[in-house]
Amino acid sequence: MNTAQTDLPCLSELVTRQPGLRLDAPAATVRGAEIGASTIFRGRRCELAGKSVLIGADSQFASARALIELDGVAGRLVICPPDFSKERLASVIAQAGVEAIVCDSPDKDFGAERPIYLCEDPVPLEAADRSPRLASAWALPTSGTTGAPKLVAHRLEGLLGAIKSAPEPAPIWSTFYDIRRYGGLQIFLRACVAGGRLILSDAGEPLGDYIARCAEAGVSHISGTPSHWRRLLMSPYVGLIDPKYVRLSGEIADRAILDALRAAYPNARVAHAYASTEAGVGFEVTDGREGFPAALLGAKGDVELRLRDGSLHIRSKRTATNYIGRDDLRLRDDEGFVDTDDMIEQQGDRCFFKGRRAGVINIGGLKVHPEEVEQIINQHSEVRMSRVSARRNPIVGDLIVADVAPKNAAAAREKNGALEAEILEMCRARLPRHMVPVTIRFVPAIDILASGKLARHYA
Amino acid sequence: MSIRLTILSQIENVAAEQKKKIAPLRDELVLTESGLDSLCFAILVARLEDELGADPFTASEEVYFPTTLGEFIGLYEHRPN
Repeated sequence: MNTAQTDLPCLSELVTRQPGLRLDAPAATVRGAEIGASTIFRGRRCELAGKSVLIGADSQFASARALIELDGVAGRLVICPPDFSKERLASVIAQAGVEAIVCDSPDKDFGAERPIYLCEDPVPLEAADRSPRLASAWALPTSGTTGAPKLVAHRLEGLLGAIKSAPEPAPIWSTFYDIRRYGGLQIFLRACVAGGRLILSDAGEPLGDYIARCAEAGVSHISGTPSHWRRLLMSPYVGLIDPKYVRLSGEIADRAILDALRAAYPNARVAHAYASTEAGVGFEVTDGREGFPAALLGAKGDVELRLRDGSLHIRSKRTATNYIGRDDLRLRDDEGFVDTDDMIEQQGDRCFFKGRRAGVINIGGLKVHPEEVEQIINQHSEVRMSRVSARRNPIVGDLIVADVAPKNAAAAREKNGALEAEILEMCRARLPRHMVPVTIRFVPAIDILASGKLARHYA
Repeated sequence: MSIRLTILSQIENVAAEQKKKIAPLRDELVLTESGLDSLCFAILVARLEDELGADPFTASEEVYFPTTLGEFIGLYEHRPN
């Protein structure tokens, strides 16, 4: 139970100040004052006060409404992406001490029994009904080395830290990045603060339909990972929209993608933002070039950057505060800096991203620890050891590949490909698609360092 | 096997592996309507690099993004040696 109170406005108060705000989904639209309201909480909101609540809706639309409605009421808002398996959901529910689940489908299996609150049709917002106002913690999952996701805690104030006063006229936003992930959540919050319009997609909506809805709405601001943008560029729909602002985040924005977007959208300002679930929004680069100005290192301001052993460290009020349920893990060092694990190389007055510190692999904006995959491969009775690493890919940044040392090389050879198929089958049954290795290479042995750890190479 | 046939057979392999139903593979087929998503294309490009020894997406500074299957195949067939 979290009963810490705050004097700062909660999300529904920010939203109701913006009568023009409108959220559009494939099957529904909600406007201004009614946005935050839904019958899930009519007469039952008090049941959720101070509690740890999982936002487990399948649709972004229902999740958006639940977040607006519950910030300032719930003690903790636990936000999970829609592709989480029931094992991952159960792990999150246990770690975050979830006491209630908000969802849009009564049959969904969360892997753990908790009271379910269904999102139903909106009713007028009960604006007065939220005192005392609680300082809700926003909990977002991030990848962990054990296969179980780790959860980081943010405050609304920190999440809003990079959002400047609203431009005029209010933007018409769309995001390829799901609002249940940090990059998409930033866009959702920008729309809430600015009072514009946000065009949301849902799983299964064809790209052409989504872009057609964006075009019809006259989308002015649009955000996605470089991988999302490559997908749009490899489609006939790229010319349907004429945005003023094009944003990339979540992966390294290379020169090819920046140039291609500038050519496709000559009227747009193309910006790439550096942000992560742990470190929050670091900075935005608007000069059209890859990397970022070296002058940002060591500069004083809302966000301070420095390099330690080649890795970018960030200190600001926008970083997450702590890992939830993991007192053994530290998110910030003694001086308050978060190590991003993103390796940087300085060349003259410019800094360039060189990939992730050995370990974390970024697949189209989804970060994976190799250990999560190795753990599954190693469960095969004929596998002695495995090492998972990244393979560079021009479509999604990185793909996962695995080296496997079988217990008996001769026996593995005799199986003639069957062992590879069995390992892949295990991975597909237990892991999300992006975490399944695209190739498996059989090797006689895997190097181990004197420390007893696998020898990994820097990205 | 020709470049074209290699690409078509790899598309079918990736689709089967990823349990995706694909549209008939004609040159006019729009890639985003093929039934393959970004991850499928990423895997396809990696497999083709192994098989054909080329990745036309990273080979040059100027990146051209194909939108139809015919353009995608052309990217491999007409790559500079």
